[in-house]
Amino acid sequence: MTESYDRWRRRAARRRARREVGVSLAFLSPSLIGVLVFFVVPFFVVIYYSLINNPILHEFVGLDNFKALFRNSAFQLAAKNTAIFSAVSVPAAVILSLLLAVMLSGKLYGKSQFRTSMLTPLMVPVASVVLIWQVLFSYNGVLSEIILRMGGEKVDWMKSDFNRYVVILLFLWKNVGYNMILFLAALANVPRDIEEMAMLEGAGSARIFFSIKLRYLSPTILFVTILSLINSMKIFREVYLLTGKYPYEGLYLLQHFMNNTFESMDYQKLSAAAILMALVMVFVIWLLFVADDRLGKDVEGE
Amino acid sequence: MSSYKRRTLIRRILLTVLAAVMALIFLMPILLTISNSFMTQDEITANYGVVFGTGESQGTDPTGRPRAETHYISQTVNLKFIPDMVSFQQYWTVLLNSPEYLLKFWNSVFLTVPIVVFQVLLASFAAYGFSRYRGRVREAIFFGYIILMLMPYQVTLVPNYLVARWTHLIDTRWSIILPGIFAPFSVFLLTKNMRRIPKSYIEAAELDGAGEWQIFTRVCLPMCKGALISVAMLVFIDYWNMVEQPLIMFSDAEKYPLSVFLSEINSGEVGVAFAVAVVYMIPTLLMFLWGEEYLEEGITYSGGIKG
Repeated sequence: MTESYDRWRRRAARRRARREVGVSLAFLSPSLIGVLVFFVVPFFVVIYYSLINNPILHEFVGLDNFKALFRNSAFQLAAKNTAIFSAVSVPAAVILSLLLAVMLSGKLYGKSQFRTSMLTPLMVPVASVVLIWQVLFSYNGVLSEIILRMGGEKVDWMKSDFNRYVVILLFLWKNVGYNMILFLAALANVPRDIEEMAMLEGAGSARIFFSIKLRYLSPTILFVTILSLINSMKIFREVYLLTGKYPYEGLYLLQHFMNNTFESMDYQKLSAAAILMALVMVFVIWLLFVADDRLGKDVEGE
Repeated sequence: MSSYKRRTLIRRILLTVLAAVMALIFLMPILLTISNSFMTQDEITANYGVVFGTGESQGTDPTGRPRAETHYISQTVNLKFIPDMVSFQQYWTVLLNSPEYLLKFWNSVFLTVPIVVFQVLLASFAAYGFSRYRGRVREAIFFGYIILMLMPYQVTLVPNYLVARWTHLIDTRWSIILPGIFAPFSVFLLTKNMRRIPKSYIEAAELDGAGEWQIFTRVCLPMCKGALISVAMLVFIDYWNMVEQPLIMFSDAEKYPLSVFLSEINSGEVGVAFAVAVVYMIPTLLMFLWGEEYLEEGITYSGGIKG
């Protein structure tokens, strides 16, 4: 009796699980099929392309394409510049947006208006403001003029080593608002009682910030860092809009390299570069996760 | 007033001033672009002639007619907030005399709108698929979506390009629209939101005899309204801003969206460029003004890749 009941129950559970998988699959399939067709399946072809010598002979050459890529001076330059961009702009974006969030979470008037104004650049196409950037930063631009009047010398910002920072400024202008909203929400979630307890015990606001808030913020810091990293790979947009197809040396990025390789239709080089970048991204993000685990160990698991 | 109270008041005012200065810095490029678009061509030439080097192109105006008058160009750049004379000259030129810009504007519309509509639609299905019932395989697939979301264009454009070549879609809008529809960003954000819906709501609907489709359309979608709006806005601005895809998929500049084309405007047309820039930001700014609350809410709940 109990045995047959058990069997019946198990069969019912199985039936229900099957139905649930069916429902999930029905809702997932339109998206899933597209992702498979446009991203996953061709990515396997990309892996294959990266391992053969050319599309006609299809001879397996191991890691030769990757070795050639590493020796390619254009790739070296692009990888170097992109790495510098990310290394500067990601921490800058995280720190600046955190500072803004801390500022706006304090006691002040007109909070929501300020929040809105700092978020506005997110919804403005970069292409629309590059003109202003040119007015500000070209050789005869406003910034040069100011320096000239103060007795300095004009600088051609876009053609000197400063061009990186001009681009990063545009990047920060656009992306900081989004991060700031994330930090504001996280700051509002820090438990008040812990903060009050610390205050009662005489901890200063700096101490509270570094010892308590930063800990609770660590998952958000991770998320914002990853987000800024993804966005920093899109910095090509700003560079392209400011300088056109042929940028000055310091601004030659991996996307420029990819564009040129697309033009020459060198599939082997393209594929090897794409795979290499995918691996680097996965590695960096894994590293961030590990770092976050170390940092936020004692507050997360509650 | 006690000294403590006075001190906090002063602190509050100082903080407000600091925030106001920051806010102004963020708004300035937008305000400048808008105010400059109301200047006449002459004023633009006078103010920014040195920046954009209008020296040679001075002979013709934006419509190509030769210019007889000579122009005054200031020796130094002259950044101005308020035009000497408010004029709609540039806008007339954009709207009536330069079909090129309008064409590029519509290119942007035809690329962006289908992507937003279908990406959000398919993503809302997928989000339901990921959140209604959960299992180990489904979690693994969701993780795959996250990995894909983290991949930059430099990686994803290569498979996209290959598919477009195999299907002979290169140089057509579809080569950008189709991969755009399946981009995983909105699946991620909507799934996060749908998982926040309390189980009891869904169970209540189930008890009332609602089928899956009804639970999806009557419970989950209305409860995700804010997220749907904010996702649509974020996807819209991302593709409205597109630069990478058209450069690779289109060999012919005719099809470029305005985002790419704006950077190619030559120096003689700076005045018009300001007006075009304003026209280009109007759709997204209107969206922002209308849906700012939803956007903030949506961003807030996007936080956290884990869990």
